[in-house]
Amino acid sequence: MDAILLQILNGLDKGSAYALIALGLTLIFGTLGVVNFAHGAMFMIGAFCAVTLQRLLSLSYVTIDESRTDFLGNPLKIRTPYVESWFGPEAGQAIIDWSVPLAIVFAIPVMVGLGFLMERGLIRHFYKRPHADQILVTFGLAIVLQEIVKFFFGANPIPTPAPEAFSGSFDFGVLLGFEPNSIIYPYWRMIYFVFALIIIGAVFAFLRFTTFGMVVRAGMVDRETVGLLGIDIDRRFTVMFGIAAAVAGLAGVMYTPINAPNFHMGMDFLVLSFVVVVVGGMGSLPGGVLAGFLLGILESFASMSQVIDLLPGINQIIIFLVAIVVLLVRPRGLMGRKGVMEE
Amino acid sequence: MFGLNRRDTRFLLIVIALTLLTPFILQPFPEGSALAQFNAGYPDLMQRIAIFGIFAIGFNILFGLTGYLSFGHAAFLGVGSYAVVWMYKLLDYNVLPGLVLAIVTSGLFALAIGYLSLRRSGIYFSILTLAFAQMSFNLAYSVLTPITNGETGLQVYTSDPQILLGENEPNVPHLFGLAMNESYKLELGGWVFTFNVGYYFTAVIAILAFYLSLRIFRSPFGMMLRAVKSNQTRLHYTGVNPRPYTLAAFVISGMYAGLAGGLLAAMDPLAGAERMQWTESGAVVIMTILGGAGTLMGPVLGAGFIKYLEKIFSKINENILEGWFAFLPEGMREVVVWVLSRFTGEGWALTLGLMFMLVVIFLPGGLMEGGRRIAALFRRRPETGKDDSAPGGAPAE
Amino acid sequence: MSKSNFTRRGLLRTGAAAGAGLAMPTIFTGAAWSGSHGGFTNAPTGSTVTLGFNVPQSGPYADEGADELRAYMLAVEHLNGEGDGGMLNTFSSKTLDGTGILGKKVEYVTGDTQTKSDAARASARSMIEKDGAIMITGGSSSGVAVAVQGLCQEAGIIFMAGLTHSNDTTGKDRKANGFRHFFNSYMSGAALAPVLAKAYGTDRKAYHLTADYNWGYTTEEAIRAATEAMGWETVNTVKTPLTQTDFSSYIAPVLQSDADVLVLNHYGGNMVNSLTNAVQFGLRDRIVNGKQFEIVVPLYSRLMAKGAGANVKGIFGSTNWHWSLQDEGSKAFVKSFGTKYGFPPSQAAHTCYVQTLLYADAVQRAGSFNPCAVVEALEGFEFDGLGNGPTLYRADDHQCFKDVLVVKGKENPSSEFDLLEIVEITPVEQVTYPPDHPQFAGGDLGTCNPGA
Repeated sequence: MDAILLQILNGLDKGSAYALIALGLTLIFGTLGVVNFAHGAMFMIGAFCAVTLQRLLSLSYVTIDESRTDFLGNPLKIRTPYVESWFGPEAGQAIIDWSVPLAIVFAIPVMVGLGFLMERGLIRHFYKRPHADQILVTFGLAIVLQEIVKFFFGANPIPTPAPEAFSGSFDFGVLLGFEPNSIIYPYWRMIYFVFALIIIGAVFAFLRFTTFGMVVRAGMVDRETVGLLGIDIDRRFTVMFGIAAAVAGLAGVMYTPINAPNFHMGMDFLVLSFVVVVVGGMGSLPGGVLAGFLLGILESFASMSQVIDLLPGINQIIIFLVAIVVLLVRPRGLMGRKGVMEE
Repeated sequence: MFGLNRRDTRFLLIVIALTLLTPFILQPFPEGSALAQFNAGYPDLMQRIAIFGIFAIGFNILFGLTGYLSFGHAAFLGVGSYAVVWMYKLLDYNVLPGLVLAIVTSGLFALAIGYLSLRRSGIYFSILTLAFAQMSFNLAYSVLTPITNGETGLQVYTSDPQILLGENEPNVPHLFGLAMNESYKLELGGWVFTFNVGYYFTAVIAILAFYLSLRIFRSPFGMMLRAVKSNQTRLHYTGVNPRPYTLAAFVISGMYAGLAGGLLAAMDPLAGAERMQWTESGAVVIMTILGGAGTLMGPVLGAGFIKYLEKIFSKINENILEGWFAFLPEGMREVVVWVLSRFTGEGWALTLGLMFMLVVIFLPGGLMEGGRRIAALFRRRPETGKDDSAPGGAPAE
Repeated sequence: MSKSNFTRRGLLRTGAAAGAGLAMPTIFTGAAWSGSHGGFTNAPTGSTVTLGFNVPQSGPYADEGADELRAYMLAVEHLNGEGDGGMLNTFSSKTLDGTGILGKKVEYVTGDTQTKSDAARASARSMIEKDGAIMITGGSSSGVAVAVQGLCQEAGIIFMAGLTHSNDTTGKDRKANGFRHFFNSYMSGAALAPVLAKAYGTDRKAYHLTADYNWGYTTEEAIRAATEAMGWETVNTVKTPLTQTDFSSYIAPVLQSDADVLVLNHYGGNMVNSLTNAVQFGLRDRIVNGKQFEIVVPLYSRLMAKGAGANVKGIFGSTNWHWSLQDEGSKAFVKSFGTKYGFPPSQAAHTCYVQTLLYADAVQRAGSFNPCAVVEALEGFEFDGLGNGPTLYRADDHQCFKDVLVVKGKENPSSEFDLLEIVEITPVEQVTYPPDHPQFAGGDLGTCNPGA
């Protein structure tokens, strides 16, 4: 029982990453009709916003300690971050320690800007082009972004831990009357889940309750008619692209303490995020989110050794197997709209 | 000739000539010159270009004609390779039984996957094929290790049965004793040209594959597939069920992929699981679009372009760049070498990504479009499409 | 297809054309694997000799590949008599004198393995076919090493393996033309187990998470066998997909088991993520069966340990070599590498550098580039001064036998490179095994192949 509870928690946690990426992708893919293979790269860039901020905050000056030597026998260079000398060692350390949460503020303008740039400079010329062309150009862009990040940060993962305050685990077991330490869950993963819910809620509220959102939703259903009504739908779509990029980027920022980011993390998520969106159904935001959580939970269950013993290799294929079953049973995924990306 | 009209015959003859003369065409620079780095006329690359050309030609039959975008064709490539290596292990190093088995098994595999996937269209179809291929890859890499040898790749061991292995048989892949890795080197002045048995074997198969695809493009069957692409609903109204046609196209292109995979193993007797990964499926999609989807020659060009870039650019390291720019003054040389080395050697992927973007932005319709524009410049008269597929040569969706 | 206009006549014609095409290549005959002047593949004819450095330049191991390449360039420098000579001065064999190999200047070509067997073989083939490389070396994974080793055996080229730790490289998949200096899974187990038993006691329950591919299998087997021999019990082993990035669903069940040690048979990005996740779940603060819960990482890589940050502190593992070793060879190597590049070399760099020197020395001693002569010179070769103490290249399986380092994540690193501390240098006798040990069974070196 407690094992199952834990896997549900894991599933919700994995699911929130999938759902966040799928949300951004659906905004672009399911609504603007652009197959954006660079979406994974957006996630990755978001994560590297956190790394960049961490690096910026840790910018240091060098003092030489004659009493100690480095590996070559030269006097040891000691680096002291500027923030430590400005705010004192403790406050300085605390600022660096909090670089991931701080990066949220840093990442939003960067990602929105990047999204605008991408839409204005590149994607808008591809709305009328075949999907195949969109795939090629965005895939090319993804490779370019990835290589640029690799050039600056190297290929290895870079540790970006959560603030010390969130490093422990929360004991759920005690709350539910189990033995202590039987169901514990890391604070940061719970924060990730809550954060995902907030972002998802905000995007939905934005689309549902604002005039802007109403126009965009109308544009999703029938772009031409909205255009004929004299509404500048293009401008709104640019904004939507910026929002989608920001959602992906924030998902990346918050993901960094869970797994150290590297330059190809976007590609790792790319295939998966397309599967999630399509299983959810094209053109449906709730579908994408639902599919994200569903696949996250099923993946978690499939990785339990009891299940693997029963069906060897099931943990390797569960996501794809579920995708196949869903798509064969429900022609347009969980909640897909008729006629969207069916040709 | 060959059941083709005059224009197509001429086209086919040009393709045959180009294919057979590849060892010359890809070796334009004399050995030892600074530009020899750009020579690509060595067996492995020539074989690979021909093989991926076959893969892309087959993919184009499905995608270019019907518009169904499969993201799982790498699975057939892998199946083909495994079939050939298993035939090595069980029978002997003769490539023929393996290639036949590769085509048959990949055809059956494609039939099963196609039957299920073609119940859906558009992106739903793409994701279904992707899911099947990724499942195949993940299983081949892990739990199916007894059959596929997992991470290492399937290869022949001396302890394998090889029941047909004769006394003096070469223990490398061969066709009735003619070893695939045999080469004849022709030295002409400063140039060295390599004629490799394996390359000519694949080249002949590639020509046959190309001819078959030409016939399909021109046949009523091909017309039917184009009809599927332009308007399925209308097809339904006229009382035609398009499913058997698309399924046939899917299976044919799956068999092409299996043949290509088999040939990979025929040239180099190892079958790696990575051949089934989505990146490989993506690669064939990109080759086709890059070259020009729906055109006959485009996919082959795309395949050659990508393989050339990958293999040649990744080998240009800083040392070589230093050599090229040795004439520049020191400071300037460092700058030039530093900048260029971002795009070559370990930076080859960056060049690839940039090329994708540039081609698709400036040449909608792929490399074929570029060729057409250049040809138009020289001819100064309306281009009639010397090497195009004729009707419906527009970029496919 | 029924509506296509294939006719019997058309098909017959086509068949005839195909037959003619098939017959044509027979007019070409010639030696296999081009360039056969000296009775073996790519025999060097001019004043230079070309080596092929095949390392990962794209994909997750690109940094490790870059470090390998640095080491190779350094080795070439030293062989050609440039720089400070590095380990040439400490190497017990004194045949190398800085005039290249057999008086020929050493040149090199590079290629990208992409950490895929296919791409690695294609890259190696281009080095052999296009550039006339006489020896191929490098790589950062066992799949690639085994694949390229097989290719070199067929082509008649010497393969000096880079970083490859799976037992199979010199076990099931050993080849006469292939040599491995790096240690292997068995040695990791044999070296680690006694240290673990001493530190954590002999009454422990281990839970294994294993990367679901070949290297993972051999490592799990080796560590299991070695720790069980010490009295440990293995309560569970779970395989994790290679492409897994979030290991939470594999770590969580560990909390439910009564295991008190977690063994992570992961490498590279997998290791960084699984270790990070395990620490997140508070495993290191747990007390199970009245004992402190512990985590073990059988194969450490300093480059990767960096990615796991503070999570590696106090965690045991094994490594082939570490820059903080104080023998003359290691010091010389660290000095010339550090002076040239500004940071200490990784174990991957070390093994690649050493392999290049060993090859050059073997050619020099044999007096010929002929692969069979090189094989003969390397088989049973005993040497010292290359950083691992006295070492034997065993003739039976072409595996190097030398001391193995047991290391621990350092609690108070003094620099970004100072992540591991050496706990014990396990003597070579303790990690030696018979060539037909069950973990290495089924292999056959075959005979050396000079190609051509």
